Amino acid sequence: MARAPDALDRRIEAFALPLGALAVGLAVFALFLMMVGKSPAEFYGLVFKAGFGTAFSWENTLARAAPLLLAALCVAIPARLGLVVIGGEGAIVLGGVAAGAFGMHVTGLGSTLGILGMAVSAICVGGLWIGMVGALRYKRGVNETISSLLLAYIAIALMNHLVEGPLRDPASLNKPSTAPLEAAYRIGDIPGWDIHWGLVIGILACIFSFVLIERTTWGFSARIVGGNIRAAQIQGLPVGWLMAGFCALAGGFAGLAGMIEVSAVHGSANGSLAGGYGYTGILIAFLARHNMLAIIPVAVLLAGFEASSGLIQRRMDLPDATILVLQGIVFISILISETFTGRLNLSRLWRS
Amino acid sequence: MSMIVNPSRRSFIQGAAALAGATALTGFGAAPAFAAGLTVGFIYVGPKDDFGYNQAHAEGAAAVKAMDGVTVIEEENVPETVDCQKTMESMINFDGASLLFPTSFGYFDPHILEVAAKQPGVRFQHAGGMWNADKHPAHVGSYFGYIGMGQYLNGIAAAHATKTKKIGFVAAKPIPQVLLNINSFLLGARSVDPEITCQVIFTGEWSLAVKEAEATNALADQGVDVITCHVDGPKVVIQTAAGRGAFVCGYHADQTALAPEKYLTGAEWNWAKVYTDMVKTTLDGGTIDNFVRGGLADGFIKMSPLGPAVPDAGRNQFEAVKAEIMKGGFAAIKGPLKDNGGNVIAEAGQSFVETDVALESMNYLVEGVVGSLS
Repeated sequence: MARAPDALDRRIEAFALPLGALAVGLAVFALFLMMVGKSPAEFYGLVFKAGFGTAFSWENTLARAAPLLLAALCVAIPARLGLVVIGGEGAIVLGGVAAGAFGMHVTGLGSTLGILGMAVSAICVGGLWIGMVGALRYKRGVNETISSLLLAYIAIALMNHLVEGPLRDPASLNKPSTAPLEAAYRIGDIPGWDIHWGLVIGILACIFSFVLIERTTWGFSARIVGGNIRAAQIQGLPVGWLMAGFCALAGGFAGLAGMIEVSAVHGSANGSLAGGYGYTGILIAFLARHNMLAIIPVAVLLAGFEASSGLIQRRMDLPDATILVLQGIVFISILISETFTGRLNLSRLWRS
Repeated sequence: MSMIVNPSRRSFIQGAAALAGATALTGFGAAPAFAAGLTVGFIYVGPKDDFGYNQAHAEGAAAVKAMDGVTVIEEENVPETVDCQKTMESMINFDGASLLFPTSFGYFDPHILEVAAKQPGVRFQHAGGMWNADKHPAHVGSYFGYIGMGQYLNGIAAAHATKTKKIGFVAAKPIPQVLLNINSFLLGARSVDPEITCQVIFTGEWSLAVKEAEATNALADQGVDVITCHVDGPKVVIQTAAGRGAFVCGYHADQTALAPEKYLTGAEWNWAKVYTDMVKTTLDGGTIDNFVRGGLADGFIKMSPLGPAVPDAGRNQFEAVKAEIMKGGFAAIKGPLKDNGGNVIAEAGQSFVETDVALESMNYLVEGVVGSLS
C-alpha cells in the first residue's frame, strides 16, 4: 500500500534515490564492460583522472559544464509546469545568432553595454522561441515535446540561412560566419582559471531559478499548474500566461547560453553553435529530477564523463559511443528509480 | 699509481666492459628521446569509419601509426566547440602529444588558435589551408589539396557512363570549396560531351543523412543517372544512388565497397602520404612548412580504381587527362566560360590553373549546372 511518506522520508529519498540509481547504473555498466573484456576498474580510474583527478581535469570538466547548466534549465523549468520541452538546442543557436547579429551591427558600445546588448537580444530571441512553444500548447493544444523538437530543426535551418546569407561576413569563405566580434564584446576567463565567466552565469541562473520556483508565489503557481492543471484553473491562476511566461524564461536561459558560446568561445556566430548542448541538457534536467540546484552537480558529473571520453578512447581503445552507453544506462536507471518515489520508508528502516 | 703505468689484465677487462656498458647505455638513453618521444594526436569531427572526410584522415593516421618511433592517439566525434580545445589540451597534458592534427575545417579559428597561444611547444597542423603569416603563429600550420581536379576526372568518367546526359551532385553548403567541386565535375563531363547538365542539390549541413537520401532520390526521380557528392560521409548518397540504379562517383575516400558494380571512380584524399611526410620531417628534426598545398602530382590527391562500368573509351580518356594533370598547370576553369546566370567568368584565352588563389573565393555555378546558391 502506498502511503504518504513523512517529511524526513521525502528528504532522504530525494538524495538516496538518484544516488542509488547512479550507483546501480555504474554497476550495470561495469558488467557491460566485463562482457566486452575490459576492466571496469581501469575505466572508472580513467574517468576519475580525466574528469576530476587534476587541476586541468577540473578545468576541462567545468568548461564543458558551463553551457550545460543553462541548457538544462531550459528543460527543467517547463518540466515543473508539467511540460516536456526538448528543443532547447533551437533557442541556443538562435540566441547565438542574435548575439552575433547585435555585435556585428551595433558596434563601439564598450564592454559592459556591448555584452549586455548581446545578452538581451539573445534572451529575447530564445525566450520568444520557447515561449511560442508554451503558448501553442495552451492556446492550440499543440504537443510541446514535438513542437519544440521540430522547432529546433527549423531554428538550425534558420541559423544556417542567416549566417550563410544576410548576416554572413564576406571574408568568411569556407566557414560562413557573422563578422568577428570586437575585442570589447568578448567574455573573458575567470582570473586564474582557464574557464570563462559562463560558468558563474550558469550557476547564478540555477540559484535564481531555484528561488523563483521554490520560494515565490509565481513559482508556487507554476508548480500548481504542473501538479494539476484543472485545479490551477479552478483557483483562477492565469495558466496560459504561466505556461508561456515560464517557457519564455527557459528559452531566455537557452538563448543566453548561445550568446555566451558566441562571446566567450567562438567569437562569431556560425554553424558550430549546434554542438548538441541542448540535448545533453535534457539528460541533466531529468537526472536532477528538475530540481534547479541539483542541476549544478549533475551537470558537473556529466561534463566530467564527457571530459574523460577522450582518454578512454585513447587508453582503452573503446569507441566514442562508450560514454553515450554509460549515460544511457544511468538515464534509464534514474527513470526506473522514479517509480520507487514514495515507496521506500527509509527513515522507518533506519529507526527499526 | 702502478695500475696506470702497467694496467693489469683484469683492470683492462673491467675498463672495456665499462666502456661497452656506457656505450650501450647511451644507445638506450638516446633511442627513446629520439624516436618514442613523438606522440601524434589526431582529432576528428565525426566517426572515423564514415567512408568519407574523417575516414580519409583516419587512414592517414593509420599510416603514421605504422611508422617506427611514433605513438598515435586519436579521438573521434569531437564537436567544434570548447570540447575540441579541451581535447587538444588533454592530449598534450595526459599523453604528451607534441604534434597535433585537428582535422576539421572549423577547428582552426578560434579553437586551434586559442590552444596554440597557450602551448608554444606543440605543433598544430590543420586541414584547410587557412594559415596566414601575418595573423597566425609560426607553430601552427595549415595544408590542403586541390581535390577539384579529382572531381574533374570524376566528370570524365561520368560522361562516359551517362545515358540521359544528366548528372547530379549532392552538396553540403554553397561555399567556395564545394562550388569548385561542382563546377569541376560538370566541366570534366562537358569536356567529353558539351550537352551534359549537372543538377545540384544543397542539403545545408555537412552531415545530415536524411536530407542526403532525399536529395539523391530527388535527383534519380529527375532522370539523373550518375551522382556524386560533397558531404562529410558519402555513404548514404552512394548506397541510395546505387539502389536507384544510378552510377556513382566517390569523394573523400574509396567507396568502391559500397557499390562495386555502380562505382565509376572517386576523388580521394591521400593523407597517408602527406601525414607520413610531415611526421618524418618532425622525426628528422626539421620543421614542417606552415602552408602546404598539393594536387594529384604531389600525391595529396588520388583517384579510386576505375570500376567495371567505365567503358574502354572512357578509361583511355580518363588516363590521358590524368597524365595531363600530373604534368601541372592544368586548368578546369577556362574561357570562354559563363556562370549559369549568363555572367562572364572567363574570356576566351583566360584560364585559372588549379593553384590559382582566385578559385578560393569562388561564388558561382558555371553554365550547365542546374541549381542556385541561395
